[in-house]
Amino acid sequence: MDLRSYVTDGFWDELFDESLQPRPGAEQLVRRLAAFSHGELAARQRAADKSLLTMGITFNVYGHEAGTEKIWPFDIVPRVIDAAEWTTIERGLKQRIHALNLFIDDVYNRRRIVKDGVVPDWLVDSGKCFRGPCAGLTPPRGVWCHITGTDLVRGGDGCMYVLEDNLRTPSGVSYVLENREVMKRTFPQLFQGLRVSPVENYPEKLLAMLEYVAPPHARDPTVVVLTPGIYNSAYFEHSFLARQMGVELVQGSDLVVVDRKVFMRTTRGLERVDVIYRRIDDDFLDPQVFRADSVVGVPGLMDAYRAGNVALVNAPGTGIADDKAVYAYVPQIIRYYLGEDAILPNVPTFVCGEPDQCQHVLTNIDKLVVKPANESGGYGIVLGPRATRQQLDDCRDRIKANPRNFVAQPMLALSRVPTVVGDSLEGRHVDLRPFILYGEEIFVLPGGLTRVALVKGSLVVNSSQGGGSKDTWVVHRPTGDSPAPSSPSS
Amino acid sequence: MLSRVADSVFWMNRQIERAENVARAIETTLGLELDGTIETGRLWNALVCAFGDQSDFWDRHGLADQARVFDFLAFDPANPNSIYCCLQAARENARTVRDMISSPMWEEINKCYLAVRGASAARADFADPREFIDEIQRASQLITGATDGTMSHGEAWHFARMGRLVERADKTSRFLDVEHFFGGEEGAGRDPVRWSSVLESASALEMYRKQYGAVSRQDTVRFLVLDRAFPRAMHFCLVKAEESLLAITGGTKGTHSTPAERQLGRLRATLDYADIDEILGDSQAGAPRGLHGWIDAFQARLNAANDAIHTTFFALRPVGTVAEAG
Repeated sequence: MDLRSYVTDGFWDELFDESLQPRPGAEQLVRRLAAFSHGELAARQRAADKSLLTMGITFNVYGHEAGTEKIWPFDIVPRVIDAAEWTTIERGLKQRIHALNLFIDDVYNRRRIVKDGVVPDWLVDSGKCFRGPCAGLTPPRGVWCHITGTDLVRGGDGCMYVLEDNLRTPSGVSYVLENREVMKRTFPQLFQGLRVSPVENYPEKLLAMLEYVAPPHARDPTVVVLTPGIYNSAYFEHSFLARQMGVELVQGSDLVVVDRKVFMRTTRGLERVDVIYRRIDDDFLDPQVFRADSVVGVPGLMDAYRAGNVALVNAPGTGIADDKAVYAYVPQIIRYYLGEDAILPNVPTFVCGEPDQCQHVLTNIDKLVVKPANESGGYGIVLGPRATRQQLDDCRDRIKANPRNFVAQPMLALSRVPTVVGDSLEGRHVDLRPFILYGEEIFVLPGGLTRVALVKGSLVVNSSQGGGSKDTWVVHRPTGDSPAPSSPSS
Repeated sequence: MLSRVADSVFWMNRQIERAENVARAIETTLGLELDGTIETGRLWNALVCAFGDQSDFWDRHGLADQARVFDFLAFDPANPNSIYCCLQAARENARTVRDMISSPMWEEINKCYLAVRGASAARADFADPREFIDEIQRASQLITGATDGTMSHGEAWHFARMGRLVERADKTSRFLDVEHFFGGEEGAGRDPVRWSSVLESASALEMYRKQYGAVSRQDTVRFLVLDRAFPRAMHFCLVKAEESLLAITGGTKGTHSTPAERQLGRLRATLDYADIDEILGDSQAGAPRGLHGWIDAFQARLNAANDAIHTTFFALRPVGTVAEAG
């Protein structure tokens, strides 16, 4: 396959530099791709698609017919991250999660950071995801954000930025594992002679973390995954993780609280549950405490949690650190708790809750990306440079009506990765979602989920809006002076 | 295991077994049609009756012919017993218990559903039903094989097997009611061609021949009701379903601690001691009204056993009525 016709269009490309030389770590992959015969790329892509269909790796799209399952498009050209760069990313993520966990614990207890004036009190108290019922609580082992899926993007300057902290119920890790599986099935020769960090041990790490945070009474804890059910967009992942860990996948109706303890209804009667990895938002967890109309939750669950009889993962209330207005303060939060500078920079962010910044956003709205502070899945985002005048006017009105609920960022030139189009490669924009587990120690899964905007020129990577995914390789280069292992195909 | 999950596993297998039986019955009817000895409208009409959906069919279609009945039984999304609906429901159940079943099982169920969905989308210009029918039967066998070969034979597997066998016993009994479906037509019950087709519907013709040779009404009934070794005979189904039930409850045969054990055990015992003359109702006064009456009573009792399984294991009981498991 001729790679000389590939163009980077002035964007940062993850596989090639400006002179089309492979970047560090990508040399072997590029050699193998170049050795492809005509039609091979398209054939491999088709084989991968078929694999996904048979394996039933799907997600549901809201707003379509109930239960509409879609195959999440997968692109077979992996995204490569050099192990040396990954080490820095990993350190930066651990630092960030460590600080955010301290922040959450602080705002629900002593509130030192507010009293010391590092973050304004309105920011915390008006947060849509601030949960009053969690005040005064400390979860087992002091861990709030057990599972995080931080979104990273690389800008045109080649620098990795944190775009979002997803600390509530981040999804996507099942695709990381399934993508690797599909790659090994359809493309085994690509891996030959390469040292790619494995991802397969994630379920074990997850289970160990879940058992670690069990309440003290449970010596051999019973762990379950709580799902809203098969029509949830991430149901595939819920069942995947339960299966990989060998634990029960339960729905709200399977659980019952008796004497402030949680049980599941089995064919042999009630069985005690100690740790719940819940994939239900705070709002729906317990109709007695949060939304009364929730039919997927468990009445009395928060009561059992407050009594220390069950661990909830992530802890309710964690979403306060997931607020995009709070996000803007994370560098200060890191400095406040850890006395360090943030290793991974934020994208510059204007907080509309601050009047002067809000004015700046309203004036320059056509150059900025405006985001609601508490939505996920890419909903409600307005890309200033690509919006119509009517859309911009509507957006201004929404900001003025509720400035607290909006932030704005400059439009980023997201980096690109070569992506299969027919039988050739074209650059498509990507982001990266690494997954971080906080248990006995903080563990970062090497790589993470690379989401790719499959539509030419699009910056929207969300699965619900035309995005796909790629396998992500953290590649270790041969150390010392030894030459790179040569491969027969090169 | 979770009550909801046990329920889904049980029904998933009933639905797959149902789809396979519908497919086989269609195949048999296609064969009979080629023979040309029975008027084709009556033939397809009898097939609809066998699955108990006649009033729905007549309301919507009126006349029974190959095209209409095939579409109704294979693809009709409004017929809950169509192959399409059964497999869609089975796959939906499989998704809800995806964490309990093995990947080979899931992939076979998923592939089968995708195949039916594809065929259904192209149903307007469907050329040869036989290929489709073959595919459904093969898929069901593959799923059964994957279930037995790749899933631990623990509680979930026993629920799966129980579901499959309860469904199979019901379907075999329906195929046997052939005289009734042909409107009790004089002499039809003595026609060996029809009894051969009953045996074919239950995949039983070859095994029957090894045992009895020539096809007769009495021996067909004897084989499909009372045989202890043929896997589609009603007696076999009940013996094995009860084995699974007892494996789940930890009970022993002949005693019972749950409504499910009592109902299923009684029905199995009835077949243990049943006599062919009694079933055919030809000899004794006071016996049920012939074969049809006997089958009717059997199906009612099988339904009662199914309901008892539901009450015992699946129904969400109010809190406080069940002791905490050890």
